Amino acid sequence: MNLTLKIWRQKNADDKGKMVDYKINDISPDMSFLEMLDVLNEELISKGESPVAFDHDCREGICGSCSLFINGRAHGPDRYITTCQLHMRSFKDGDTINIEPFRATAFPVIKDLIVDRSSFDRVQQAGGFISVNTSGNTIDANTIPVNKHDADDAFSAATCIGCGACVAACKNASAMLFVGAKVSQFALLPQGQVEATDRVLNMVNQMDEEKFGNCTNTGACEVECPKGISLENIARMNREYLAANVKS
Amino acid sequence: MALDSKIPKGPLAEKWTNHKNSINLVNPANKRNIDVIVVGTGLAGGSAAATLAELGYNVKAFCFQDSPRRAHSIAAQGGINAAKNYQGDGDSTYRLFYDTVKGGDYRSRESNVYRLAEVSANIIDQCVAQGVPFAREYGGLLDNRSFGGVLVSRTFYAAGQTGQQLLLGAYSAMNRQIGRGKITMYNRHEMLDVVIVDGKARGIIARDLVSGKIERHSAHAVVLGTGGYGNVFFLSTNAMGSNVTAAWKAHKRGAYFANPCYTQIHPTCIPVSGDHQSKLTLMSESLRNDGRIWVPKKKEDVEAIRAGKLKPRDLAEEDRDYYLERRYPAFGNLVPRDVASRAAKERCDAGYGVNATGEAVYLDFASAFMRYGKEQAHVKGLDENDDALVKKLGQEVVKNKYGNLFQMYEKIVDQNPYETPMMIYPAVHYTMGGVWVDYNLMTTVPGLYCIGEANFSDHGANRLGASALMQGLADGYFVLPYTIGDYLAEDIRTGKIPTDSKAFDEAEKNVVDNIEHLINNNGTHSVDHFHKRLGKIMWEKCGMARNAEDLKSAINEISELRAEFWKDVKVPGTSEEYNEELAKALRVSDFLELGELFAKDALLREESAGGHFREEYQTEEGEAMRRKEFQYVSAWEYKGEPKDAVLHKEDLQYENIEVKERSYK
Repeated sequence: MNLTLKIWRQKNADDKGKMVDYKINDISPDMSFLEMLDVLNEELISKGESPVAFDHDCREGICGSCSLFINGRAHGPDRYITTCQLHMRSFKDGDTINIEPFRATAFPVIKDLIVDRSSFDRVQQAGGFISVNTSGNTIDANTIPVNKHDADDAFSAATCIGCGACVAACKNASAMLFVGAKVSQFALLPQGQVEATDRVLNMVNQMDEEKFGNCTNTGACEVECPKGISLENIARMNREYLAANVKS
Repeated sequence: MALDSKIPKGPLAEKWTNHKNSINLVNPANKRNIDVIVVGTGLAGGSAAATLAELGYNVKAFCFQDSPRRAHSIAAQGGINAAKNYQGDGDSTYRLFYDTVKGGDYRSRESNVYRLAEVSANIIDQCVAQGVPFAREYGGLLDNRSFGGVLVSRTFYAAGQTGQQLLLGAYSAMNRQIGRGKITMYNRHEMLDVVIVDGKARGIIARDLVSGKIERHSAHAVVLGTGGYGNVFFLSTNAMGSNVTAAWKAHKRGAYFANPCYTQIHPTCIPVSGDHQSKLTLMSESLRNDGRIWVPKKKEDVEAIRAGKLKPRDLAEEDRDYYLERRYPAFGNLVPRDVASRAAKERCDAGYGVNATGEAVYLDFASAFMRYGKEQAHVKGLDENDDALVKKLGQEVVKNKYGNLFQMYEKIVDQNPYETPMMIYPAVHYTMGGVWVDYNLMTTVPGLYCIGEANFSDHGANRLGASALMQGLADGYFVLPYTIGDYLAEDIRTGKIPTDSKAFDEAEKNVVDNIEHLINNNGTHSVDHFHKRLGKIMWEKCGMARNAEDLKSAINEISELRAEFWKDVKVPGTSEEYNEELAKALRVSDFLELGELFAKDALLREESAGGHFREEYQTEEGEAMRRKEFQYVSAWEYKGEPKDAVLHKEDLQYENIEVKERSYK
């Protein structure tokens, strides 16, 4: 396959940045999208140009490092996959592909396609945990049975990989799906009840401080989420938030 | 220096309890004056950082990723072992200990493994208390499954994402401490040297990967939880960034490196598809609970399948060779990983590989679909003889168990594994070897600790499935936080460690010189070019089967390649910016040294044990031939070039387990 790539190039956080065109030839449809970018980078290096910087690590869809807004969609055209799982067979010979970073005020660009998602970490630090010290003397794991349905739903919420596709896809750059997933995981489990009130208030507060936008129920986040995290998690967080406000 | 493993005296089952009762403690008020650096935030590093901070130490944690949650533990799929005996199938601490020592081909340290088995149950309790959503049965209690090399069901899991859930648990425990200010987190930072002051590890040199700035960080002790070195093979199931640099720098500063040749080649990975490949993808071992592995019996069928003239589903049962069930009737498809990998290689070498490259075997779920489907039909009162219905019901059950793995396979290979068997082939996955540590997890450098996959201690020559997560969390939550106190008790009056000492100057200068050399080298080939060549040497000569001749030539070739790398590598850009090529070059330069020591270690070990298979040492049936005279840990001391490394031996004593022929027949 021969392709034209239009890629966002930005030297550093202070640079204005622009789209740059590249031609790339002889791409195998069995290559992954990131392997295609590897080929491009090898070419750029051999020509003495600066390779395109992008985040990536596990290359199997679980670490959440890779991002990329491909042809206007977070993680590209397929559903339920990350960019690293996208293969070139999803494109046609002669295609032009637009590649941009995930854009949001809370995700400033570091270089080229790499953005700073540490705002997500700070939201988790505000309350995304259960306060239990490591002791070896916690009660036996089977002392508290958990309804399988709730356990499965908690697991589904917990499969969020923190990639930020939900924010990038949202016209408001809202992080409600990300935060809702963490709040839901604990809200669905008996272990999470003790700190439920503080957790939701603190996490939502931090989310606002990081300048994520509001949710207007468009649902783009759910569509673009590589892990299929459900909108129900946002509804559950709203209920938790309302209840917490009434209590506090 | 003689190796002292510091194994406590007394009966095996009492060692850990007695040790904990007799070592020094640091009182809570003094812990506030003590700093600990933890490098790496996977299961081992993350859990250690959180626990040390809970205890009151000031922790500085480092990871090269953009968040601690991205460490490669996240990709572990199948599960975590624990001797809970929830299934009532006779499991016990002793059995988990026994299985792990036997699984490691009697090349691990008895006392460490027993302790691991002892704390395994605490891990599950701790993780459930943290809100880790393990799979449950309808009664609300925790579910288990089986893994290779054992005869009980002791593996706890969260679908095919157990590593993710456990890591997010450790990450949440870290977040709580970061929020409290007890952990200072340094994301996108790479450790490039350990600083030794007066014979003790007192800090590190790190590079901020965004700004390129070189930083000095001091502490009273340094803990490495930096994972394995599988990427020395270039192609592995490790993440792209996984590297040996922290462990290797520790080695160069005096930490002995143990058993580098013990590598796990995992049997169920997606086969290589072409030269463009950047990494390999694992399919969880848990799939071997329900999938059956086979190749055709006849060569003509193999050729017809390769040519696309015959579909695997259409090949009659009697024309299939379920070679694991044939060779190992007792364990069948659930033999340990080293055995399964070698058996796949044996069939493929004999010409029975089922894809174009000849390096693939089938993992087939057809009979699992029917088995589960019949059960479902029975439960639901439907027609058990309606094959189409039964298959559909069975596929639903399998989807619930392994849905994400099937999806992952389909995305990569572009074939539907519900309709045609998966193709798999072994790939480098885990390294049992690593930095030598004593019972306290301290390296041969005082104050320098090593935990998780980065150390060597628990898995011998072969790791059993679902034991890596167990070890990472055991070390980080339950072992290191206590043993480190014994050392730090000496440091309560030391005060802050200054970073303007000669030792820091010298270490920083070393790092800067290396970086300058690489940036100004202006060579002709990229970092990947060298990394791929190294990987090819490693795979062909130090891979699943090794022999003296190949290993000798590997040592020479790697040494030459290293010289060529320093002369001819091309690193674009500057050192004062985000520069991934520079980060890669620094990592590959260490792989190029480790690779040579790896081959040297494999050459020394004239036996076959676990993941280390020497062609010269095999039984008539082609099984691994272990030799009594090699019942030791080879711990290498750095002396300049890897080929000059000096061997130290830690003899392995087995007082509580009979060393037997390791048979899974």
